[in-house]
Amino acid sequence: MTVAVVRFGGSNCDRDAVAALEHLGIDAELVWHADGLPSDPDGVVLPGGFSYGDYLRAGAIAARTPILDDVREAAADGVPVLGVCNGAQVGAESGLVPGAFTTNRSARFQCEHVHLRVERADTPWTAAYEEGDVIEVPIAHAEGRFVVDEARAERLREEDRVLFRYCEADGTVTDAADPNGSRDNVAGVVGDRDTVAVTMPHPERATLPDVGPTDGQGVLRAFA
Amino acid sequence: MALDDADSDLIESELGREPTRAEAALFENLWSEHCAYRSSRHLLTAFDDDAEQVVVGPGDDAAVVAVPTTHGDELESANHGDESESANHGDESESKDSGDESESKDSGDESESEAFDDEADSAETYLTFGIESHNHPSYVDPFDGAATGVGGIVRDTMSMGAYPIALLDALYFGDFERDHSRYLFEGVVEGISHYGNSIGVPTVGGSVAFHDDYEGNPLVNVACVGLTDADRLVTADAKAVGNRLVLVGNATGRDGLGGAAFASEDIDEDAETEDRPAVQVGDPYAEKRLIECNERLLAEDLVVAARDLGAAGLGGAASEMVAKGGLGARIDLDAVHCREPNMTPVEILLSESQERMCYEVTPENVARVRELAARFDLGCSVVGEVTDGDFVCVTESSSGEEATAVVDVDASFLGDGAPRNELAAVEPTRPERDLPTVELATAYEAVLSSPNTASKEWVYRQYDHEVGVRTATGPGDDAAVLALREADCGLALSAGAEPNWTDAAPYEGARAVAVENAANLAAKGARPLAAVDCLNGGNPEDPTTYGGFEAVVEGLADGCAELDVPVVGGNVSLYNDSESGPIPPTPTLAMLGTRPDADAVPSTITGDGYLVLVGDRAVDAPETPRLGGSEYLAQFGGSDQFPTLPASPAATLEAVRSLVDEPFVTAAHDVSHGGLAVTLSEMVTPDAGLTAGVTGDASRAALLFHEQPGRVVIETTAPAEVAAALPDDVPATQLGRTDSSGVLGLSANGESVTYEAGEIAALRDTLERELE
Repeated sequence: MTVAVVRFGGSNCDRDAVAALEHLGIDAELVWHADGLPSDPDGVVLPGGFSYGDYLRAGAIAARTPILDDVREAAADGVPVLGVCNGAQVGAESGLVPGAFTTNRSARFQCEHVHLRVERADTPWTAAYEEGDVIEVPIAHAEGRFVVDEARAERLREEDRVLFRYCEADGTVTDAADPNGSRDNVAGVVGDRDTVAVTMPHPERATLPDVGPTDGQGVLRAFA
Repeated sequence: MALDDADSDLIESELGREPTRAEAALFENLWSEHCAYRSSRHLLTAFDDDAEQVVVGPGDDAAVVAVPTTHGDELESANHGDESESANHGDESESKDSGDESESKDSGDESESEAFDDEADSAETYLTFGIESHNHPSYVDPFDGAATGVGGIVRDTMSMGAYPIALLDALYFGDFERDHSRYLFEGVVEGISHYGNSIGVPTVGGSVAFHDDYEGNPLVNVACVGLTDADRLVTADAKAVGNRLVLVGNATGRDGLGGAAFASEDIDEDAETEDRPAVQVGDPYAEKRLIECNERLLAEDLVVAARDLGAAGLGGAASEMVAKGGLGARIDLDAVHCREPNMTPVEILLSESQERMCYEVTPENVARVRELAARFDLGCSVVGEVTDGDFVCVTESSSGEEATAVVDVDASFLGDGAPRNELAAVEPTRPERDLPTVELATAYEAVLSSPNTASKEWVYRQYDHEVGVRTATGPGDDAAVLALREADCGLALSAGAEPNWTDAAPYEGARAVAVENAANLAAKGARPLAAVDCLNGGNPEDPTTYGGFEAVVEGLADGCAELDVPVVGGNVSLYNDSESGPIPPTPTLAMLGTRPDADAVPSTITGDGYLVLVGDRAVDAPETPRLGGSEYLAQFGGSDQFPTLPASPAATLEAVRSLVDEPFVTAAHDVSHGGLAVTLSEMVTPDAGLTAGVTGDASRAALLFHEQPGRVVIETTAPAEVAAALPDDVPATQLGRTDSSGVLGLSANGESVTYEAGEIAALRDTLERELE
């Protein structure tokens, strides 16, 4: 009974996710996608990286592998599922969450620390924070611009599905604070259930205290 | 490029016959400058690679050093018992007797557990360290040339049984104002970003420099650090007759043909079109799968010896493995998995298609290696076996029915038989003193905003420098600092050279490169453990060029020896010469060191302390400040001798190293490119400013912009304690105070300038402003 961190060919934040979870005292194991999801996982992480080399579209091929059927099933059963970075792209491509992630406004890869405003504190992913808290978490992506059509954007707002928005250090949501041009500064959303979430920023990179800020720990504590 | 007459005669007399076409092609590539170091081998003996911590010295794919168990002031720390006697050899086979891996090789257990996670594994932590150049390919095709440079050095790491944990890139381009330089610069950065990011190896540091003489020949030098231990260590030397040679990875195609030979001649005017087939095209997705497959092969103890396929492809890798083991091989070229049909024996032997590894595997383990390769969607072919005879390559396709030998030569003659080039050298001259006169504000703004000294954030923001969750201090600081939890310490990394220095003064400039990299580590509180070098030069057949190169090699070797840093490996790249002339001799040095933890002092000030300049021999001190090699002269013209270096840089830097971890030190920043003025500017933040002044018997420009390495600015709450902590012969100059203003106030001999943090940031934003 542990958190399954799904490794595709090209995943590269899989070890980091395991290290971060284990630092929080949460059992985690790497699962090779072709072996399928173990039965009764306590949680699932779709980690960052470049699954299938990002060929075709980021996340598109991984989203169509058989293990995603297992993941969708687990998600439907209420198992917590978190997609981070490439995992967020896989999550969007596989329909676990609405919207899509595409090429950054800069058209370049961006590795930097950003500020996020916690939009909801009543999900497992944000229970450690207060609504309106500002946390510092790294991003590292070339295709992180969240896009969604107007109707769905409206539904996201109505259903209050946005977890995090890119913001200034003081919590103001501005265009300048949006590193990649995401619609409405969206950095993370939940799916049909609050137990399914994706974020472009990397909470696992803001967890281990010897390498910098630990503001991301709260997200991973959803698995505790 | 073909073999010259002398080489042909030597080969014919050794073989007792004319070489076959395939043999001639193998000799041409393996005896090229790039592979055989014919013009530099004898110079490289100047480097000292002898030290207790060295497990594998020069000569393998990458060097291996043992991480000391303590990192404080106990100098006897690096006591590695029986490891010390294997220093320099790299021939030890102790790596093969580990039978205690907790993962069972025959259980069919497909769990993805990692070798490093084994809690029972208490083997000593080793780091691998390698560097290579991908200069010529990056001129012809900057994106793919740079990307495959990353791929190659990462495989050099893997073939030592290591997992790659950090990359550093030292990049050199022509004048930033020229469109062509920018095209190459953008392409190279994008190539490194694409490949390094995809394979999940953080690019944590390096350097970028612009200089007119790189116009027709940019330099791309890439270093990689890997993590392994005594149990996982693998070397390249083949071990036993009867073992199989197994090729794992990408299919072999017609790309990168004759790359080694291409790297060993000047770049022609038409190289962008004519030499494109010699440039490889990388696939980072395949490399990532190869890394993971390699991890499993190591975890299951299936690898007897390994070498990546780099220069001269399969012919190079396989022949070098058996030559190192004093053995031979029989290679079946028809067994190689190829990307396209009807490839000739020469093409199969010399293709530099990327993402391929050659493993020596015992016959009973071949099936498991195949299974694991298939698991990671990688091609796998058993291409031959180790023999006690010659290096023999056979094929049926060339002659129909019977398998015939297209290559049959002694492997060690092929690998080590290339004669040394005897070259004339002219000693470099020393420049005269001829200094410009410039207003302080004009000089300050020009030097601070020069692409050489300006912020490199535009570059490193495109590199994933945090993947792996080890990076505590990333690029943009003196040295990167990584958490090395396996050995319970911090790992500090620095890499670079300064073409202005070695252009002005090859010998002193190269010594200064050694001191500068060590100072970067010292400013982060790290003690150096080892260095690797990438020696880039022009056409060695020109006596002036060769004289400069010789001086650079001597200077770097002397500099490292004075610092007591073993140079454990390296790479030489000559013929960096084009119609725009030779490059400045460029001795890229990459250095690694350790410190007690990953929590190093920052380089920006807190705004509540005093500033002390440590190690400056020209401010308030006996030496005349020399501007030779400075960015100031690069901006305004003129010439000068190179600064006098500290007489005992090791003692100065050791004092700095222990000082920066004291509780009364709140910031530390190395002084180098652009001099003191640039260093102080970089320490200012919107919340913290400073007022600093220098006086001395020299011009303001000389005081503020000279680039003597081995200096560090310290912010401290207790300046008297800083002075007390330093040895008497290490100069310490009180510069002024820090405050919460966010403003830089800088004065020299009475004239002063004032800039706000925002103005400094705007001046330093040159790359971003020009390229976005």
